[in-house]
Amino acid sequence: MLAWTIYISFLGAAAMLLLPKGSAALARALALLTAVAGFVIALTAFVDHRTGEMLTIARVPWIPSLGIEYHLAADGISLTLVLLTGIIAVTGVLFSWNIEDRTKEFFAFYLLLIGAVYGVFLSYDLFLLFVFYEIVIIPKYFLIAIWGSTRREYGAMKLALYSFIGSAMVLIGLIAAYVVAGAKTTALGDLAHYPFSTHFQMLAFPLVFVGFAVLAGLWPLHTWAPTGHVAAPTAASMLLAGVVMKLGAYGCLRVAMTLFPLGLGQWGFHVLGFGSWRDVFAVLAVIGIVYGAMVALVQRDFKFVIGYSSVSHMGFILLGLMTLNQIGLSGAVVQMVSHGLLAGLLFAVVGRMVYARTHTRELSALGPMNLNKVIPFAAATFVIAAAASMGMPPFSGFVAELMILIGAWHAFPALALCVGIGIVIGVVYIWRAMQKAFFSESSKAPTPPEHPLPPISFPERLGAIILIGSSVLVGIYPQVLLNIVVPALKSPLFEGLRNGSWQ
Amino acid sequence: MNPINYAQLFQLALPQVIVVVTALIVMAIDLLFLRNRATRTRFAVAAGLASFGCAAAIARILLAPAQANILDGTLIANPLIYLVQIALLALTVFALLIAAESTFTDNVGEFVLLILLATAGMMFLVGSQDLLVIFISLELLSLSLYTLAAFNKRSLQSWEAAIKYYLFGGMSAAFLLFGFSLLYGFSNSTSLPVIAAASHGPALNPFLAIAIVTTAIGLGFKVAAAPFHFWAPDVYQGAPAPTAAFIASGSKIASFFIFFQIMAIGFAGAGGTAAFPQLLRGWIPVLALMTAASMLLGNLVAIRQTSLRRLLAYSAIAHAGYMLLAIVAHTQQSLAALLYYVITYALATLGAFAVISVVETQKGSDRLSHFDGLSRQAPVLSFCLAIFILSLAGIPPLAGFFGKFYLFATVLASTPRAADLLWLVVLAIAMSAVSLYYYLRVLKAMYVTPPAADAKDFRSPILSQVLVAVLAAAVILLGCAPELLLKPILAAIQASGL
Repeated sequence: MLAWTIYISFLGAAAMLLLPKGSAALARALALLTAVAGFVIALTAFVDHRTGEMLTIARVPWIPSLGIEYHLAADGISLTLVLLTGIIAVTGVLFSWNIEDRTKEFFAFYLLLIGAVYGVFLSYDLFLLFVFYEIVIIPKYFLIAIWGSTRREYGAMKLALYSFIGSAMVLIGLIAAYVVAGAKTTALGDLAHYPFSTHFQMLAFPLVFVGFAVLAGLWPLHTWAPTGHVAAPTAASMLLAGVVMKLGAYGCLRVAMTLFPLGLGQWGFHVLGFGSWRDVFAVLAVIGIVYGAMVALVQRDFKFVIGYSSVSHMGFILLGLMTLNQIGLSGAVVQMVSHGLLAGLLFAVVGRMVYARTHTRELSALGPMNLNKVIPFAAATFVIAAAASMGMPPFSGFVAELMILIGAWHAFPALALCVGIGIVIGVVYIWRAMQKAFFSESSKAPTPPEHPLPPISFPERLGAIILIGSSVLVGIYPQVLLNIVVPALKSPLFEGLRNGSWQ
Repeated sequence: MNPINYAQLFQLALPQVIVVVTALIVMAIDLLFLRNRATRTRFAVAAGLASFGCAAAIARILLAPAQANILDGTLIANPLIYLVQIALLALTVFALLIAAESTFTDNVGEFVLLILLATAGMMFLVGSQDLLVIFISLELLSLSLYTLAAFNKRSLQSWEAAIKYYLFGGMSAAFLLFGFSLLYGFSNSTSLPVIAAASHGPALNPFLAIAIVTTAIGLGFKVAAAPFHFWAPDVYQGAPAPTAAFIASGSKIASFFIFFQIMAIGFAGAGGTAAFPQLLRGWIPVLALMTAASMLLGNLVAIRQTSLRRLLAYSAIAHAGYMLLAIVAHTQQSLAALLYYVITYALATLGAFAVISVVETQKGSDRLSHFDGLSRQAPVLSFCLAIFILSLAGIPPLAGFFGKFYLFATVLASTPRAADLLWLVVLAIAMSAVSLYYYLRVLKAMYVTPPAADAKDFRSPILSQVLVAVLAAAVILLGCAPELLLKPILAAIQASGL
């Protein structure tokens, strides 16, 4: 049943192309219907499946000559992310209600992207996973290049090339693993249990990890993220930050770390104080946290603030992965969900509620508009989202970052302190943006905008409420995720990781 | 020596005979009955008849398969060769159908005749392991192609293309012949297996070394590998669209197949190794360098192109680089990968040229700017062109992706130590990441850029739309279910015991 999340999205995309010309309303309704259907399927599966262990959804031979199977399976981690994708998909459609230009095509690309994302999270066969992972690139490119704003063609091309270079690195690693293991199977479980030599793992792990981490915004390969987010239309920003970056983090955890657990071990010598790839990536993740926050602090463009905040928050996920202890890893998964919801919400406020009305994102220009009076709903939503993004309880960000910090404290005490600095700067930059955009006490008399701003529409309100509600739910009762994430981390798939360097 | 059984020879060559007879019939009908009709009608009738002849040849192969080896490999029949011949015939049909809508020449009969003669040449070429027959059929193919390239007499570019093609081609044929004569000199035979037996030895015979290099130059020219690629951009750009499509598809398959055969069978004893950095003497390092040069040059120069045909030409050079990898690996598996790759590549290129042909007739040239906003003027054609381009770029789930995956996997698996050819595979994957940039530029023109303000109505002929849609469907199908093509290829290689 869960496999239908993929099929229904692809079918929706195909149906979109068959709609008659000029039927924008119909296209919106169809997109919403498809997204909701996907969400309902994901939710049903999430509710039904309470143990978190690997559950096979579909398994048929695909290319028997090469041992490749069409094998879909879900465990607690993938279910969690599938549910996140469902939520973001629905709200993304709600926040794209104002797309008038080439509506059909927009939603066709949108649903294609969603379907491929579901596919990545549900794939058990690595070849299949890679196929879905690459399908994501093309609709992403078009969504930004056609419907984007500031420097959209540049942003789209940069994003596509970064993704493709990342996936080329992954491809080299996967082909090498496939060949070294005897070219008989591409099933994740079989390859994860194949005893690759330590030497091979030491080389393959960084290659595949970095390949995926490009998409997860690993510093210094994050530069596609701010430009891409800024150029993208609202729904595409939400998808990019909400789920596409999670694809990278998911790939790091699910593919790189399970296939090559020994690659995380000690090198046996030290270079610049680094003793293993784990140290290297942990430090890069912390640099990402602090650097992203500091750059966000000095941005003049509202959307760039959020774009860099994404880099900062994604750093938490990568750090959580590198802690290699249970609390850190599960914290990373919770942070994936949390950041997905909150980044979606922030981009929705900035891109849809503010920019689509004021046509500017300059913080200095937004201030005099007195937005807290003109569109109070947007201001209120942003305040909530900002509080959540700072990591205040009772929102999801608090739980997630706390878990990662505890994990990091066990693994890298010194780095945990740096993360603390990053969190403080995180409070400052979001506060500054909030202050400048919504609550600027300008000395001059408020300059009313030339046209009265249209009020916040119902779809926007609904979308914001869904996102805030989900974040609060995760924040108050994180067990709803942890109940299935923790057993998944204890499954045989992560055995190599536990035996190798689990603490 | 056994007496020659002419009846058996005729039986085995029957598919080729059918093609040649069809060629003569088409020519006769065109000259006798259709002289005064409109060019379009003449092309439609001639292409239809010729396609029918090709279909008959395919039917003959399918209905009466044989396994034979006449006169030490002069003419061979086995499942693998049949499979390649069927692919060649099918691609010829598609090239003919592209021509069916064209009006670029009045010499319709001659045009179709030459295409069919080239096809017959390719069929003989792939069905032989004898140097003499290989050379003669290669010349039959090449001479037909030179003339085909010049067929648009109204276009100076077409002339230029043909002259360049002819001059470079003549030179490369001389190299090839020189290499072949050396091979004959020290082995006293023109049969590839005998040559291989004679070339076995610990040290590389200097004559053999020269023969290897000259043969690689001659065949490298045929497949447009750098640094012997100079003809490709001009021919791709100047030749009439059906000719360019034919050169880029069918002739590629035949040339790569025979390249593989000559290297893997004829030089079986003189391989050497391409494990970096100890490139050992033999033909493998020669090809490894050609591979690397083609991938680098093709992909990097393609970035700067403004004409879609030239872009495809440089991408063809890059793809030749990827495919040469399979020859460097020269295992059964890599032959399967090569065939899968080159067949799907040929389908995608044919489709791209079919679309270019339509756009050219409507807008006058193949400049990239003429594709601006095409998705709104001709949605079906643009969608299909997007499929072909993405397949060339190696985006799943299209055929090009599986081709690349399988090719690279077999290349890595070909040596006992997977790391030996790793540097080439890494280079290939890195370069295919670069290639996405210029492929996306084509998609950007079609889907992102709005159409020019003075854009006229765009008429997409039904036949072209159907043809292109069929090719696109094939590319998608072979990408989603590679087993459809892979299984017959693997079975044929097994049965032929190569």
